[in-house]
Amino acid sequence: MAHDAHAAALPPLKQVAADFGGDKQSFQVPWGKAMMWIFLLSDTFIFTCFLTGYMHVRISTMESWPNPSQVFALHMFGQDIPLILIAIMTFVLITSSGTMALAVNYGYRKDRRNTVLLLCATAALGATFVGMQAFEWTKLIMEGVRPWENPWGAPQFGSSFFMITGFHGCHVTAGVIYLLVTAKRVGSGFYDRKGSYETVEVAGLYWHFVDLVWVFIFAFFYLW
Amino acid sequence: MNQAVQATEGHQQHPLAIYLWIWLLLFVLSAGSYLVDYFHLQGMLRWSLIITFMLLKAGFIVAIFMHMAWERLALKFAILLPPLCLLVLIGFMAIEGDYTFLTRGAAFVR
Repeated sequence: MAHDAHAAALPPLKQVAADFGGDKQSFQVPWGKAMMWIFLLSDTFIFTCFLTGYMHVRISTMESWPNPSQVFALHMFGQDIPLILIAIMTFVLITSSGTMALAVNYGYRKDRRNTVLLLCATAALGATFVGMQAFEWTKLIMEGVRPWENPWGAPQFGSSFFMITGFHGCHVTAGVIYLLVTAKRVGSGFYDRKGSYETVEVAGLYWHFVDLVWVFIFAFFYLW
Repeated sequence: MNQAVQATEGHQQHPLAIYLWIWLLLFVLSAGSYLVDYFHLQGMLRWSLIITFMLLKAGFIVAIFMHMAWERLALKFAILLPPLCLLVLIGFMAIEGDYTFLTRGAAFVR
């Protein structure tokens, strides 16, 4: 470790050269964290491919694109509020990102009780998000949206919508399960015996990434 | 300097206040992007605001919530540089999309 301490004191670019050069471990983080980051990098490519495909069909279609502001409006309090369900879903996901960040923080303080509570809160908010997405899908399917047609315009709208939000919803669902498993292990004292709560941070990376992807979907699919 | 030392130990413990402020900021930015739609802003103003809010949100999530700001430069480079090649894909597909649109126009409108 003496070598690492030496590299830490170097100027940033020299440090990169020292980390990558030589026959040694490149990333000074736990292996689980490095692997999670590399997985998330590959997931970034998958979601970008979906969004790029969506961009391409939207540019190239001859028919007008349905207006998301109206498609996703809800009739509430006697009037149509544009995009309100999507806005609520966005806030639910950001709230869950905040509770996740706090869970990681309390994990590093070895505060087992609060970590479990915050992880469960995060999972509950994630499940709420998936529930609202199921409601949204049901509403659109009832209105006649299919991957090959819809009542308002370009048929590519349906395939892009189901593909992108469906894949994101799968990620959220998997994340809820992942968080519950992590919460159970924290609760059982597994990480206290191991002496490290870094696994909670790795779960947090996955969860924040799911929120991150939603930021791009919200901007490009719902607001554009 | 204290934070830099913590990061080299692979230990990401930071004051609670940072998270709470970023959390609040994310709420404000999300509200901003929703209001862009709510007030029916159009044209360049709309696109530039949506992109600005999106990039700010994404940046804060990656830098603070995912702790990237405190990681060593080797990890930052390894994770943040590869996605840049996706910009090439996006550029190509935008050109290709325009071309397909024009070809369809030429074939169908005639």
